[in-house]
Amino acid sequence: MSKTITELEEIARKCRVEIVKMVHRAQAGHPGGSLSEIDLLTALYATRMRVKADEPNWSDRDRFILSKGHASPGMYAILAEMGFISHEDLKSYRVLGGVCQGHVDMKWCPGVDFSAGSLGMGLSFGMGCASAARIDKSERRAFVMIGDGEMQEGSVWEAAMAAAHHELGNLKVILDRNRIQNDDFCKEQMRMFDIPAKWKAFGWNVKEIDGHNMAEIMEGLDFLEAPENCQGPSILIAHTIKGGGISYMENNPSFHGAAPNDEQFHQAMVELGEVEA
Amino acid sequence: MTRMAATRDGYGQALLDLADNEKVVVLEADLGKSTKSLHFRKAYPDRTISCGIGEQNMLLVGAGLAASGYIPFASTFAIFTERAFEQMRNGVARPNLAVHLCGSHGGTHTGTDGSSAQSIEDLAVFRTLPNVVVMHPCDDVSTRALTMQLPGLGKPSYMRTARNKTPVLYDGREDEIQIGKGVVLREGYDVAIISCGVLVSESLKAAEALAEEGINATVVDMHTLKPIDGELIDSLVAQCGALVTAEDHNVIGGLGSAVAEYIVSNSFAPLEMVGVPDRFGESGQADEMLEVMGISAPYIANAAKEAISRK
Ligand SMILES: Cc1ncc(C[n+]2csc(CCOP(=O)(O)OP(=O)(O)O)c2C)c(N)n1
Ligand SMILES: [Mg+2]
Repeated sequence: MSKTITELEEIARKCRVEIVKMVHRAQAGHPGGSLSEIDLLTALYATRMRVKADEPNWSDRDRFILSKGHASPGMYAILAEMGFISHEDLKSYRVLGGVCQGHVDMKWCPGVDFSAGSLGMGLSFGMGCASAARIDKSERRAFVMIGDGEMQEGSVWEAAMAAAHHELGNLKVILDRNRIQNDDFCKEQMRMFDIPAKWKAFGWNVKEIDGHNMAEIMEGLDFLEAPENCQGPSILIAHTIKGGGISYMENNPSFHGAAPNDEQFHQAMVELGEVEA
Repeated sequence: MTRMAATRDGYGQALLDLADNEKVVVLEADLGKSTKSLHFRKAYPDRTISCGIGEQNMLLVGAGLAASGYIPFASTFAIFTERAFEQMRNGVARPNLAVHLCGSHGGTHTGTDGSSAQSIEDLAVFRTLPNVVVMHPCDDVSTRALTMQLPGLGKPSYMRTARNKTPVLYDGREDEIQIGKGVVLREGYDVAIISCGVLVSESLKAAEALAEEGINATVVDMHTLKPIDGELIDSLVAQCGALVTAEDHNVIGGLGSAVAEYIVSNSFAPLEMVGVPDRFGESGQADEMLEVMGISAPYIANAAKEAISRK
C-alpha cells in the first residue's frame, strides 16, 4: 500500500472534516484528541495495518486498540475512509442504536478491536492480543494508541513493565502527546517529567516525532516495524497539537470534550478548505 | 415552571459552603469540571489535591488524609470510582476512615457517552462494604443538604450524582433532608413507590398517571440506600400493602435489592422492582435511555399495578 505524503495529507484532511461534522451534529463528543491523533491514524491505517475492510473479523489481522476511546470520531473517520463503515454510518455518532457509539466499542462497530472508554486499559488488552499472536506463531501485531493524560493511570505502567518482561516485539504503542487532558494542560494536572526516559527505563524502544508531519510519521512507523525493534515492545512518542488543524481548538483545553457551535463549525469548514469563506 | 438542575451542581455548591471547615480537603482525578469540585479548586487551591487520571491513588491519598485528621472529598465519574473499589474496600472502609467519595454521571441517564460511562452497578458494589453509607439524591438541593452533613458522619460514604438536569423538588425544603431518612413526597394508600436519583421525578409522574386511573400512590425519595430506612418501609408496607422500587441502576443489587432484603425479614408485601434489566447501556439521549431501559414513568406505573394485583 504505497501512498504519497500528499495523498496521506488529503485523507487526513477529509477525516478532519468528518470529525468536526460528527461532533457538531451530535453537539457532544471529543474533537481535541481526535484531531491530534488523526494524522497518525491515517498513516497507520493507509500504509501499515494488515486488515481487510470486507472481512473485519479476519482472525490474523493486525489489531488496533484506541485506548483513549473518547477520541472515537478520529477512529470512525479513518474506518470510513478505509471502507469498514460507510460515511452514512458516521451520522450515527452518539445516536441511539448507532454503530458509532460515544466511545469506540467492538460490539457495535466493524473494525474496532477494543471496547474503550475507561482510560488505562488498552495497553494491557494489547499485550493480550500480542501474547495470543505469539502463541499462535502469527506475524500479526498489536498497535495501541494512548493519550498523555491516560499515561497517569497506574495500570499503563503495569502493562509497560509486563510487556517488556515478556519481550513482546509485536506490541507497538503510539503516544498522542498533545499536552492537554480533560480539565486542563497536563502540566497543571499532573507533571510527567521525562516521558521518553520513563519508557526507556521500563525497557521499551523509544522514538519521538512530530505527529503532524506526515514524512516524520512514516519514519516513526518504519521505526516501529524495524526488525531491530521487534525484539521487545516499542513506543512512538508523537508530539501533537490538541485540536490540531482548527485554529480556535488548537491548544485549547475547552475543546477536549465540547462541540463547536454553528458559527465555529462554519469557520472550521473554511479552514479545512471545504467551503469558501 | 419547575426549576431544573443537576445534582452534581448541588455537590459543587456544598463543597464551597463547607470550606469554612478548614479540615475539608478536595481530591480530583482530572474530572473536576464534570463533578463540579472545580469551584472549590479555584477558590481553595491549597486544599485541593490533583491526583491526575489516577483514581486508585486518589482513594488512598484520601485515606491517608482522613487518618491525619482531614475530611477528604474525592470525586470522579461514578464508573471510575469502581476502578478504585478495592482501595475503597481495604484502604478506606476496613479501617473506617471517613473519606467521602462522590461518583457523578451515574446511570444510563448520563446519555450519549455510552455504556462505558454509564455506571449501573456503583450503588450495588459500594452497598456491600461495611461502614460505608450510600446515597443517591434526586435534586441539587438535597444533594447539597446531604453533602453538608457528611463532615459530621464520622465514617466513609459514597454518593452518586447525575450529569443531567432533573426537576428540583426541595426548593426551600432542605431541612427535611437527613442522611438515612427517606422522604415521603406524596401520600397514597394503594401502593408505595420507593425511588432514588433521577427516577424520583419519574415516579412522581407515574403517581400522577395512576391517580387519573383512581390509584393513589405514595412516592418516597429514598436518597440513602444504606443504611436503609427500615422504619419508613415498615410504615409503607402497613399503609399500602404493595411496593415498587425505581432506580437508574441494575435491578440487581441496588435500591430494589436493599428494600427486598429488608422486607423479607421484616414486614412483608409484594414488591416490583423497576431498574436496568441486567444489561449494559448504549449511546442515547437521557430521556431515550430511560425508555430503552424500561425505567421511565409508564413502566413505573405498570409495575405499580402489577404490585397491587399481587396483594
Ligand atoms: C479511568 C478514566 N478516568 C477518567 C476518565 C475521564 N476522561 C475522559 S478523557 C480524559 C482526559 C484524557 O486525556 P488524554 O489521555 O491526554 O487524551 P487526549 O488528550 O488525547 O484527548 C479523562 C480524564 C476516563 N475516561 N477514564
Ligand atoms: Mg492529551
